[in-house]
Amino acid sequence: MSSVLYDQPGPRARRRERIGSVAGALVLIVLLALAYRYAEQRGLFGADRWDVLYDPPKNQTAEDVWRSMVVVGLGATLRAAVVAAPLALVLGLLLAMWRTTRIGWLRAPATVVIELFRGLPVLLMMLFALLGFGWDAFAAVVFGLTVYNMAIIAEILRAGLASLPRGQSEAAAAIGLSRWQTMRLVLLPQAVRTMLPSLVAQLVVLLKDSSLGFIVGYPELLKAMQNNAQYFGNRYYVALFVLGAGTYLVVNLSLTRLAVWLQGRSTRTAGRAGADPALTAAAAATAGGGRGGAGSAV
Amino acid sequence: MDLIADNLPAYLSGFRLTLQLTLLAGALALVAGTVLAALRVSPLPTLRGAAVAWVELLRNTPLTLVFFFLVFVAPQFGILPPLGFWTAVIALSAYTSAFVCEAVRSGINGVPVGQAEAARAIGLTFGQTLGLVVLPQAVRTVVPPLINVLIALAKNTSVAAGFAVVELTAAGRRVALANPAEAIQALAGVAVFYLVITIPAGYLAGVLERKVAFAR
Repeated sequence: MSSVLYDQPGPRARRRERIGSVAGALVLIVLLALAYRYAEQRGLFGADRWDVLYDPPKNQTAEDVWRSMVVVGLGATLRAAVVAAPLALVLGLLLAMWRTTRIGWLRAPATVVIELFRGLPVLLMMLFALLGFGWDAFAAVVFGLTVYNMAIIAEILRAGLASLPRGQSEAAAAIGLSRWQTMRLVLLPQAVRTMLPSLVAQLVVLLKDSSLGFIVGYPELLKAMQNNAQYFGNRYYVALFVLGAGTYLVVNLSLTRLAVWLQGRSTRTAGRAGADPALTAAAAATAGGGRGGAGSAV
Repeated sequence: MDLIADNLPAYLSGFRLTLQLTLLAGALALVAGTVLAALRVSPLPTLRGAAVAWVELLRNTPLTLVFFFLVFVAPQFGILPPLGFWTAVIALSAYTSAFVCEAVRSGINGVPVGQAEAARAIGLTFGQTLGLVVLPQAVRTVVPPLINVLIALAKNTSVAAGFAVVELTAAGRRVALANPAEAIQALAGVAVFYLVITIPAGYLAGVLERKVAFAR
């Protein structure tokens, strides 16, 4: 049992648990069955609500619909993310190093930038670019995603740097490395490695946030769903939603799995290298905190 | 500055709506998330599975998609959520409940098993173990991440601007569209209101977190 709350169950507790499980399963099944029956009575499973996916009306082919959703819609979503992610990573890296310089007054502006962008909604930053600077929708989406995520990534990396043992920079100084060499050769590689799972998790957030483009008029996946539904008729909303939401889930779940896998890998290698497991745990804890509200943004 | 002063009533009503959304959805999400967390650590596999499915589904879904579902798709089921404020509350609390669940669960699991074992070894009952040993430690570690979840919620309320709720962001957008030459000032006014919520809350989370770290 992974939980601290329960003892290893004895025979009686196991029997109770089995009964509880079966009862819980029954309740769930009944609820699902009721939902299914309700949906069926409303004709939700009729072919006339789903044929848009395999035999659409209005002389369109199924290929057109799928292409407009998966290739064009998802493509636009991914394009915004693929442009914004490297920008956010590089700027976040610079910001993290700026934030950790030794000269106090130099640090202050970096702190202000991070706190400012961390505390604002991504949508507001997109509106800044769209209405304030008069940029087009794509540039606005990329701008919003970049400035928000660079602040979060800077915080993640800072937490990673803070979790490194002091001996690392002391040893680097002892062999005569400069401050910049220490950062580049010793500290950053370790910090990035410890924080890799958090960084990948943040990329999931970035990808999810690109759907805000729907609100600022960027024609991404959600917009493709809406356009198709408006063209073919509202009754296809359900089918198109299932396709679109499924696409999001496949992409995001794969990235999440990647983060989990990386986490398992980095803990294992850290263990082999003889690192103190408590330290790794501490680093993970700081990561959670440093990520701030970010991990749970849109 | 004149622009913001002139449109202060619009900003304030938007800000009030943002606060209402945050507090209402936050309260609902805390309740739902705690129930979900209880299900996730329960010994009953079916309930655990259902809670896991809910959390994973919502964590990997954009909030905009949840809004989209309620506004455009749910009516096709014959479910007509009242448009506007309450739709936003439903979407935000459903979405946030998944993150609350994760925060609470990691807090409970963060208490070393030895603590509960030691408590049982000195003869404390289940209630005493939970109330005197496990929960006090769990709550301390959970509060900072929960505050961070609520900060994210406060920022997430801005998504409602895209779905017919005139909260802070939507109010600012109206002002900006009405005064295109001063759009940056108009939006900067919105930013100040958000920072009034998020920066003090973030500071509070940081202070609490350092306190917990010290206690450990």
